[in-house]
Amino acid sequence: MEQRKTTWRKVAAIAGAAALVIGACSSPSGSGGAGKSVTVIGTWGGDEEKAFKAMVAPWEKETGNTVKYTGTRDINAILTTGVASGVLPDLAGLPGPGQMVEFAKGGSLKPLDDVLDIAKYKEETAPALVALGTVDGKISGVFIKAAVKGLIWYSPKAHDYSSAPPATWDDLVTQAKANQGDAKAIWCVGLESGAATGWPGTDWLEDIVLRTAGPDKYAEWWQGKLKFSSPEIKSAFETFGDVIKDSNGGANTVLSTAFQEGGDGLFTTPPGCEFHHQASFITGLGKFKDAKAGTDYNFFPFPDIDPQYSGSVEGAGDLFGMFHDTAEAKSLMKYLVTAPAQDIWVKLGGALSANKNATSYPDDIAKRSAELLAGAKNFAFDASDLMPTAMQAALLTGIVDYTKDPSKLDSILETLDKAQTDAYGGG
Amino acid sequence: MDPRLGTAVVVVVGVPAVLIGYIYGTELLLRLAPERLKATLRPWLWLLPALLFLGVFLIYPTIGTIIRSFQDKIGTAFVGLDNYAWFFGTDEALVALRNNVIWLVLLPLITVGFGLIIAVLVDRVRYESIAKSVIFVPLAISMVAAGVIWKFMYAYKSPGEAQVGTVNGVLTTFGGSPVPWILNDTLALNTIALIVVMAWMWTGFAMVIISAALKGISAELLEAARVDGATEWQVFRRIVFPLLLPTIAVVSTTVIITALKAFDIVYVMTGGQNDTNVIAHLMYQEMFSFSDFGRASALAVILLIAIIPIMIFNISRFRAQEAIR
Repeated sequence: MEQRKTTWRKVAAIAGAAALVIGACSSPSGSGGAGKSVTVIGTWGGDEEKAFKAMVAPWEKETGNTVKYTGTRDINAILTTGVASGVLPDLAGLPGPGQMVEFAKGGSLKPLDDVLDIAKYKEETAPALVALGTVDGKISGVFIKAAVKGLIWYSPKAHDYSSAPPATWDDLVTQAKANQGDAKAIWCVGLESGAATGWPGTDWLEDIVLRTAGPDKYAEWWQGKLKFSSPEIKSAFETFGDVIKDSNGGANTVLSTAFQEGGDGLFTTPPGCEFHHQASFITGLGKFKDAKAGTDYNFFPFPDIDPQYSGSVEGAGDLFGMFHDTAEAKSLMKYLVTAPAQDIWVKLGGALSANKNATSYPDDIAKRSAELLAGAKNFAFDASDLMPTAMQAALLTGIVDYTKDPSKLDSILETLDKAQTDAYGGG
Repeated sequence: MDPRLGTAVVVVVGVPAVLIGYIYGTELLLRLAPERLKATLRPWLWLLPALLFLGVFLIYPTIGTIIRSFQDKIGTAFVGLDNYAWFFGTDEALVALRNNVIWLVLLPLITVGFGLIIAVLVDRVRYESIAKSVIFVPLAISMVAAGVIWKFMYAYKSPGEAQVGTVNGVLTTFGGSPVPWILNDTLALNTIALIVVMAWMWTGFAMVIISAALKGISAELLEAARVDGATEWQVFRRIVFPLLLPTIAVVSTTVIITALKAFDIVYVMTGGQNDTNVIAHLMYQEMFSFSDFGRASALAVILLIAIIPIMIFNISRFRAQEAIR
């Protein structure tokens, strides 16, 4: 017994001593290093992540601080649990305007009015985007990146529309029929996108609603005041259904084609389709990436459907917000929205800036999309991004179900109405 | 030195040190206790840390979840049975429930069935270990990776185009037309396609366990039967199968629980679209996508209730077996 007791003591003593030694030598290195670090979480990976790092590099050099960036596809889950537990990054990309409002009202998102150079920010940014980032009169989120939605891409080699783009939807349909040539179909559509499958379809729907029912109804729709079964939305669904009917491969192909490869049919011989409807960022994806802007592909804006709503443009963007107001985080936030920083970002391609003074676009196409964004008569933000997430998910399911079986439209709209009551009612 | 490395070492060395210290400390304390109480106190003192861990990490959260399931979206007000009413009144949720039932029935049938057949057949060949390894390998793959692999296997392109998906590639080579496997919800074909992925992974597990039990059956028993004139089928049906039954029950319960917890494959391959959702995935969506803690908790409780009968069966069977010994 006595023997055993000493062994116990020895083990405990050694373990304790080891812990102390390690604790002692680990503590000083923790506070070492000259600069401080800012943690950032965003949705960008691959080329986008590289572009972001290139963008923050000058700031790191100037301040001596470092940016610790983590990219994730599941930012919604991370921030939702982060807000609940209090473990949050300094700066983060926000999943959408809806969540931004929730985070800001809950107090976890810090207001940026004292952080940014407000006068300059307001002067350089489209008012609609400034307004979308404002909660209760305070700027809570900034658009670090923007995109124009609803561009119609085509191959100038098949038919060049650059001198006389279709002015109306009817015109587009007529011209498409006339110029089809050996293209297999009019449209290329790709809806597959993992858990978000169907979102390019929501863009279609939004573009149609915006141009047939106008911006007011559009706003009522995303605010949950206009039912899905209302004639405006129903007819938009039907127009989208016509597109699917005229698409390469039909419903099964549309639903199994990844959105990144959605427009690849433009570049095959014979072409799979004449047109592809997608946002400005498609130029960085699929076969667009290696094709030459202007010669291999070009775009015209989504034509008007009802002339009284002429000049509408739909856009979207990546919101950015601040969760910890440390000096370094503030300084980085301030830097990110400036024109010189945004210039680095846009020069690398694939992104548009919400900042009007960032103009170093790599090609004419990017420049034209940026002008479209800046000069829109009425700018509408992506409606599905503005809807509550439960509504958003239901709409995605609705798009997928409708694509698969258009005859079920009425029951799909009924389900969406129910989802709408449920999602908006719960606040 | 990276401070994280220090923390890691402190944890690795410190945790055992604390535990050893705890046992040593309780022994010291016990010395003060009267002799009579020592025997009664000691087991409880030794169990205490484990009970504390169970309480904090298992019982407390379970009770918390049950309470939450009667609360609203953000957990501020009680809403009675609303969350459960939502579950039983929403098509989407009922489809998830239906799919879970399909998973629950088909997955054990396929995995245990094939596992049994393979184990019995492979038992008689020379290259047994190679064959078993090949079938066991998928279990070592993470479910997310398996989902990605099978997404490619099931890939669909329009008829006439080159089929990049293996399954449709084979199908078109033999003159068939490609099938959009994970889109087609006629007769829940897409859910079955997802179950096949999980079965591909878990058949190896069933096979290995059943095969081990098979080796445990004494050769004399089988020989005696054969000497008595039993056919091979009779040997299997009357001797091997009954002796394997307890093992098959254990494997089945494990696979049933796996089926109830199915999430990763649905998340990766379909995102729950096209009527392929399951309860665990719906719970994830309600919790992390829609921030509806009430409904997510209700779903968790429903899953828990569904698992209880299987647990009871498992425990009673275990007790019965202990009684035999």
